[in-house]
Amino acid sequence: MNSPFLENSLFRNIYCYLASGSDDCAARGYDIAILPAGLEWLAFTITAFIIINIVINAGLGAVIVYIWGERRILGRIQNRTGPNRWGPFGTLTSVADAIKTLFKEDIVPDEADRWLFNIAPILMVFPVLMVLSVIPFGVGTFVVDINVGILFVIAITSMSGISVVLASWASGNRIAIFAGMRSVAMLISYEIPMALSLIGVLMLAGSMSLGAIVDAQDIPFILVQPLGLFVFLLAAQAETSRTPFDLIEAESELAAGYLNDYSSMKFGIFFLAEFLATIVASMLIVTLFLGGWRGWEPIPSQIWFAAKTVLVLLFIMWMRFSWPRLRVDQILALAWKGLFELTLINIFVTAILIAIWPDPSITELLIMSAINWVVFFISIWAVSKLLRPGDYTAPEPQTDSPAYPVATDELPDEVAYTGGATR
Amino acid sequence: MSKAWDGAKLAEAIHKSIPDVVVDASGTDIWIEPESVQQVMRLLRDDPEFRFELLSSVTAVDYISYFEVVYHLTSLNRNATAVVKSKCGMGRDDARIPSVVDIWRGADLQEREVWDLMGIVFDGHPNHKRIMLWEGFPGHPLRKDFATYEQSIVPESERRVPSALAGEIEGGQGS
Amino acid sequence: MTTQVRTEPITVNLGPQHPSTHGVFRMRVTFDGEEIIDVEPIFGYLHRGSEKLAEERTYVQVVTLTDRMDYVGSMLNNQAYMLTVEKLAGVEPAPRGVWLRMIASELQRIASHLVAVGFLIQDLGAWGTPLIYTMREREKILDLFEMLCGARITNSYLRPGGVFMDAPDEFWPAMNEVLDELPPRIDDLDDLLTDNDIIFSRTKGVSVLTPEQMLDASITGPMLRAAGVDWDLRHRDPYDFYDQVTFDRPMHTAGDNFARYWVRVQEMRESIKIIRQCEKLIEPGPVRPLHDDVPWLLRPPVGDAYAAIEHSKGELGFYLVSDGSISPYRCHVRAPSLINLTLLREMLIGELLADMFVSFGSVDINMGEVDR
Repeated sequence: MNSPFLENSLFRNIYCYLASGSDDCAARGYDIAILPAGLEWLAFTITAFIIINIVINAGLGAVIVYIWGERRILGRIQNRTGPNRWGPFGTLTSVADAIKTLFKEDIVPDEADRWLFNIAPILMVFPVLMVLSVIPFGVGTFVVDINVGILFVIAITSMSGISVVLASWASGNRIAIFAGMRSVAMLISYEIPMALSLIGVLMLAGSMSLGAIVDAQDIPFILVQPLGLFVFLLAAQAETSRTPFDLIEAESELAAGYLNDYSSMKFGIFFLAEFLATIVASMLIVTLFLGGWRGWEPIPSQIWFAAKTVLVLLFIMWMRFSWPRLRVDQILALAWKGLFELTLINIFVTAILIAIWPDPSITELLIMSAINWVVFFISIWAVSKLLRPGDYTAPEPQTDSPAYPVATDELPDEVAYTGGATR
Repeated sequence: MSKAWDGAKLAEAIHKSIPDVVVDASGTDIWIEPESVQQVMRLLRDDPEFRFELLSSVTAVDYISYFEVVYHLTSLNRNATAVVKSKCGMGRDDARIPSVVDIWRGADLQEREVWDLMGIVFDGHPNHKRIMLWEGFPGHPLRKDFATYEQSIVPESERRVPSALAGEIEGGQGS
Repeated sequence: MTTQVRTEPITVNLGPQHPSTHGVFRMRVTFDGEEIIDVEPIFGYLHRGSEKLAEERTYVQVVTLTDRMDYVGSMLNNQAYMLTVEKLAGVEPAPRGVWLRMIASELQRIASHLVAVGFLIQDLGAWGTPLIYTMREREKILDLFEMLCGARITNSYLRPGGVFMDAPDEFWPAMNEVLDELPPRIDDLDDLLTDNDIIFSRTKGVSVLTPEQMLDASITGPMLRAAGVDWDLRHRDPYDFYDQVTFDRPMHTAGDNFARYWVRVQEMRESIKIIRQCEKLIEPGPVRPLHDDVPWLLRPPVGDAYAAIEHSKGELGFYLVSDGSISPYRCHVRAPSLINLTLLREMLIGELLADMFVSFGSVDINMGEVDR
């Protein structure tokens, strides 16, 4: 049967003990059968159910931990302690928050389009969970390694834009409409640099499968593809609407954007999807640019993967908590005038280098990375020069009145009141 | 150090350009006819002798038998100040005075506030609406004869309270 | 060739319950896409009738009302009110009291500017980090106020002719510590914010106001100085002992949001200079005149007086009318927060939704003072 699934050791173990009669399992040396022959479909369903449950629950658990970690780190950055009441170091705070969110009253506004209003959060969380299915978390730890992995990721993640538009439209709220308009403009713009930034990785790895890309990284692609990583990092931040790009739910402008009218579990699902999307984006960055699960023995590959993901998440948090938000026109300008050009430069340079060394050895890869870093700095400098507004020098404190004459023609004493000023 | 115009000298200077508008002068203050507010203020702002670019404050005082509108003017160029007052609404009814919004934009919100709280109509104000209180609030609170709801000079039958608010207000007073 | 896309303006009520209206302020805004085409500010959600209440209280009791007008600048409000009372009643203040209230009001000015800068950055969308940094510094200043008068926000520290209590001995080393720590913190703030590309590109050239426009609309304070008008009442019309201290008046010529932010940051440094000089010049002595000269139940002679100070937001003036009794006959506040909003419409029209609250925040208003 479907051999890609059998690459997954967990899937293979469960499936083949249930239905070892199939040829694939027999070929792999499984000879115990629990289910009789002809019930392979049932074995497959049960196995798939177990695996999906494991992945989804792991994802939700990761979100809970991530929210706690983010709040703690935000606290440290802001000279506070952060949550520290529930559980050791406040670890149960997000659990308590999640329970509280679920028990809130579920309000649907009268103006809302009920059907779309209810379906939007589901549409938001599904793509994110689906992306989890192709990410290799470690040696043999993945749901499925399909050979069009990257294409699948790009296609699926672009669906989240639809759900934001649906949510904002269905709310029947004018402030939410602004969020919808912004999300259409922004998410679609950032799809393009995001997809193009991965072309260099594809060319180097020679495959779209995420597993194959990890295998191809004898040195992490961050060294060979700095420009690709830079663009992908920014585009991923925009897609997940983290702070420099958090136009969609800009708190100081739109209150909560498209989330304005959501409460209770629907709000919780949006919240979850958003944080899960950040985690998934970090996992993709790790997989594509930081060597995935590869590391040194004896530490297990899953630990390496988790550690690298946390590192990327910390970087994203750091950006998020220190920078203010860009304006909508600046964000679009950055996508179309900055990142788009950078990806084109990256593709061009990488293509030339691959034409020179079609099958690079480690030394050649290191030479390639040196060239790429030079290109990286030059092109970033050029693009920032292009996008920057005017002069940056703040004037020295001035003591004369530069713009308007003050006290040039003082009132003579003969008309002045002697008892002092009126002010 | 800013200097203040002496009232008498200021009256004299205004008299040279616009005769017979200053009613009285004392200390730093001058009193002008309410009808000539526009004319005098325009002179005070534009004439190089005065050049009062900045209208510091507009306010009004209820002196029971009349209202007094007080303008505090500031000249940045000459680093000087002046106080212009004008009595209006003699006998408490029909208190009105020309607006100076077209001379100084800064009078905009302040005149609305005076209208809202003191009940002086500023003729020619482009947006003559209440500012702090809601439309339909009975009376003008800063008048000396305004006390509380129960003691308000406006009879119950004439109060124009929005229906949505009416119950709340009446209930809130615990009457 | 371009084709005109027909768009429909939409009107949105922003506030009174909106996270960045700095209190309870409401704007009815009409947008064309993201662009603002009309703004109507609606005031009054925090109106407490302070001016009416003042008419029923004695001159000293009114101090507590002034605290609650601009609650991030209470000391400055006290100072403006006391100057007016002193002028009305002809009180000769005690020198030590005056120095103490100058120190208090300059500390308050730093605190107020810290709040203004912090919230401006918050409006720009930062995740609270710069705001918390500024609030941390403000907290130290509030601790100093607690030493001075026992209260942190609503101080009511000033009395006619001075202050009600001398500073305790531990105040001076504590204040010096705060003043030593502040300049590096302000430098940090500068590093984090002034040189930040995002802040610069977000604020530069947004909501530009010319000096003529602002003078016409009675706008004063840092907003006016950000457009290059050297108008600081501490310098032009020195009240208290401001003629005995030297300080610069930082000015910017742009008149945009960045200039307003920048002027505030620089003014904090000047305030530190002023406090240091006050500390050198202050001498032991009584902090307020004898009770026989200035009784608590002050009965100023019949007349009126207007006095104004350079508040952190602009010219804060009090106009008091006395009928010879123990309470003011009329108490009017020239509130800079309200008057600085006169040009809000002009500032916002043509800007984008994202810049709306930034421009609004750069005016640095306080709803307690706008509505009173």
